[in-house]
Amino acid sequence: MNIVLALVIGAAFGATLDRIGATNPNWIIRMLSLRNLHLMKTILLAIGTGSILMFGGQMLGLVDVMHMSVKSAYIGVFIGGLLLGAGWAASGYCPGTGVCAAASGRRDGLFFIAGGLLGAAAYMVTYDSWKASGLLDGIAGGKVTLGTVPGSKFEGIMALPGDILGIVLGLVFVLVAFVLPDSLVGGGEEVPAE
Amino acid sequence: MVLNWKTGGVLLGFVFFLAVLLVKPIGVSTQFVILDAIVADAVNPELITQSDDGAYTSSNAYLAKSKGKYAKNASNPLNYSFIFVIAMMAGAFVSSKARGGIGKDEAKLPAIWYANYGDTPVKRYAMAFVSGFVVLYGARLAGGCTSGHMMSGMMQTSLSGYIFAAGAFLAAVPVAMIVYKKGA
Repeated sequence: MNIVLALVIGAAFGATLDRIGATNPNWIIRMLSLRNLHLMKTILLAIGTGSILMFGGQMLGLVDVMHMSVKSAYIGVFIGGLLLGAGWAASGYCPGTGVCAAASGRRDGLFFIAGGLLGAAAYMVTYDSWKASGLLDGIAGGKVTLGTVPGSKFEGIMALPGDILGIVLGLVFVLVAFVLPDSLVGGGEEVPAE
Repeated sequence: MVLNWKTGGVLLGFVFFLAVLLVKPIGVSTQFVILDAIVADAVNPELITQSDDGAYTSSNAYLAKSKGKYAKNASNPLNYSFIFVIAMMAGAFVSSKARGGIGKDEAKLPAIWYANYGDTPVKRYAMAFVSGFVVLYGARLAGGCTSGHMMSGMMQTSLSGYIFAAGAFLAAVPVAMIVYKKGA
């Protein structure tokens, strides 16, 4: 059953990334260089939509709170984020969109995957040093959410009801998606609506 | 052309929701480790071992962490997360073909590369390779990538998702502006 779900949700995810332009490095770089924020608006709206549906579903008892999976917060998250961001901008690919780009026929995507496999292997063999450095030790409680989600195994950094906060933040993401301008610097292209 | 952001955003958000509703939040970058481990274990079968009680472990501390979770998945590649990434590639392949493919020029070089650096595929592929290395090293250090930390994480109001997104955009915006001075 799980394998069927992996096939269905995975295929839907890959197809959606393709249709919104996320597997196209031109769109990623337009977004990251702030020339054209169309994809940024898509992503912000997606995070907001996902958040509202998930927390709303939890409050109605339709979504299993135990399906949440919160990752630990530690200094290495920020350092890793910086590294990923630099490579993401230089190539126009992140892990998920890189594999999808390769699948859609982009040759540079294959090189990205090859480099990625080597980078992941390099992390495997250097993991001990990171672990010893303390930079992987949890901060602010480690696996925490911003509010306290009822029935969740993850603690909140604030006592606020986490499900309501999740919906409020979801609405904020939607709002930001709407008010964000199409471009912050010159050189953007008009996006033909479909 | 791409979907309007309103349609595309709701669609993408719905996929992320569907994943949490039915199974668990979406993540991708771990599967680079799993594929590495599958290959490495084929070359050196002593890398991943299974004890009598069925528990998996590895001589590599990273694969052995969290009670051998990665070691176990690498030994059983037909698991949800690994199949998910294969299916994701299939979905992107079918979708791109359904809209007529990406075209010969784009397959060779993205337009924005061409606009900035001309017809230099070797340079582009070297850049993609080095970037892939840095992206996956960073993703593993962070414990997730754009899907797992930024999208799934912020959607769940995870503190770690916000920290990750701050780091990623802080580096990505200046790098994109410096490397790609011309738009396309």
